[in-house]
Amino acid sequence: MSEDKTVTRRNFLYITTGSFFAAGSAAVVWPFVHQMNPDASVKALASTEVDLTPILPGQSITVLWRGKPVFIRRRTSEEIAEAKKVSLTELPDPEVDEDRVKNPEWLIMVGICTHLGCIPLGQKGEYNGWFCPCHGSHYDTSGRIRKGPAPKNLEIPQYVFLDDNTVKIG
Amino acid sequence: MSDNYEPSSAIGKWFDKRLPLLTLFAGHVLPYPTPKNLNYWWTFGGILTFCLVTQIVTGLVLAMHYVADAEQAFTSVEHIMRDVNFGWMLRYIHANGASMMFMAVYIHMARSLFYGSYKEPRELIWIIGVFIFLLMIATAFMGYVLPWGQMSFWAATVITNLFSAIPLVGESITNWLWGGYSVGSPLLTRFFTLHYLMPFLIFALVILHVWALHVPGNNNPEGIDVVQGSQDTVPFHPHYVVKDGLALVVFLVIFAGFVFFVPNLLGHTDNYIQANPLQTPEHIVPEWYFLPFYAILRAVPDKLGGVILMVSSIAILAFLPWLDTSKVRSAKYRPLYKQFFWLFIADVILLGYLGAQSADGLFLIISRIATAYYFIHFLVLMPLLGFVEKTKPLPKSISEPVLSKEEREAQVAGST
Repeated sequence: MSEDKTVTRRNFLYITTGSFFAAGSAAVVWPFVHQMNPDASVKALASTEVDLTPILPGQSITVLWRGKPVFIRRRTSEEIAEAKKVSLTELPDPEVDEDRVKNPEWLIMVGICTHLGCIPLGQKGEYNGWFCPCHGSHYDTSGRIRKGPAPKNLEIPQYVFLDDNTVKIG
Repeated sequence: MSDNYEPSSAIGKWFDKRLPLLTLFAGHVLPYPTPKNLNYWWTFGGILTFCLVTQIVTGLVLAMHYVADAEQAFTSVEHIMRDVNFGWMLRYIHANGASMMFMAVYIHMARSLFYGSYKEPRELIWIIGVFIFLLMIATAFMGYVLPWGQMSFWAATVITNLFSAIPLVGESITNWLWGGYSVGSPLLTRFFTLHYLMPFLIFALVILHVWALHVPGNNNPEGIDVVQGSQDTVPFHPHYVVKDGLALVVFLVIFAGFVFFVPNLLGHTDNYIQANPLQTPEHIVPEWYFLPFYAILRAVPDKLGGVILMVSSIAILAFLPWLDTSKVRSAKYRPLYKQFFWLFIADVILLGYLGAQSADGLFLIISRIATAYYFIHFLVLMPLLGFVEKTKPLPKSISEPVLSKEEREAQVAGST
């Protein structure tokens, strides 16, 4: 061959051996990494059903879903009105109240502050919503961040109303 | 070699001047001079290192999911098998890995026996090896207890009761081991702790084992000293890295065969029944790698005597460098020892077979004969052979046995 660098049999062997070694190693490493991901028993607990009958307007409960607290609040009409009248420009993470609820009476959200994971206290803070005692984040009656270090609104989990009085979270 | 090694990069030079890790690595791995005639029996050292690392890594991830408590241990193992991602595979690798490691260590030890690798100047390498073997036995036994199945429970009961054979303080010692009056949660928890610790002790001993090996260098199939710096040796890398690598790949094929096709072949079905302190399984057998020693234990009709003999059967290995009186290392040049070596291997395999049978009738009689022969081999034959055996003449160099007749004559002519 007249090229500067000739490809020899040995080059070919080195590259194929190296490639197989790399692919094989990756295949071996994956189970050792993946074993730490949520396992089948954890995934089996991924949804929670809640009976809503005992909750009156102005009351809220906290249920456990995937090991996390989920706030279920039956909002009063004042709270709903308050949440709806806020203009989007006032919000650090703009979102209209209609997008955060399936039924305006029921506000269902993950009760974990989007700052560093503490649980906000209900009906506290400057916006009559939630207040996180860890670093002082204020949320309004729709669970939207209004003031403080948290970057996002409280997360809305996936849920469906199975009937008027039962909700399935997850 | 390491004396004149110098890292090529500037960072390497800077680092090595402050902490000579690179020099250490270069001196013991890359160009380390190794006899050029090592056969595939010499690859099991590398295979064993691989096995140890595999056991540590799989054990580490299993410990992330296992619960060392009598109430939860069995279910947590089932949880690993059914729920944890790849849990079944990791556990099967770990369980079969123990068997594979023993398989490799027995071959490694047999190699040493055949080629006289335990003899002067390599006695310490061998003795450290015996300690590694002892730790492996303890680690494997404790690991077998952790799944808390019927075999686990009763193995723990039987083995811890061995200590009750000690006169006077026996019972106090067993109660101390158990942390109670029977095998239960306290024992399981401390076994788990020790099972986690011991592989790291083994790892430390392996470093000493290799360090001691690198002082005189490898023995070789001819059993004669190589001339350092001559054509007798080749650099460890790439020659033996590649040879060990090929052997490892073949070993892994067999390993994978067990893990993926017959993962429970070497185990016992009774261990998938949760431990029941109220019922002993009909037939108690240890894992296959303990069977020869188990046969020795049962061959003796006395409680204390059986324990003493079983412990001695392993301890006696440490004295082998002095029990063997022959100056010739390799069995290749010891026509008598070569036959007794194979007889000894057959005896150990026979003991292994007997260990799995019921201990009565003809089996018991044969066990006693085989046990007696095991000790006769070390205590009578090994010392005696050195005096009575007429050994074959040793070759002048490790190259000589593979040279053609013409080459040999040329070599002789050259040397005169």
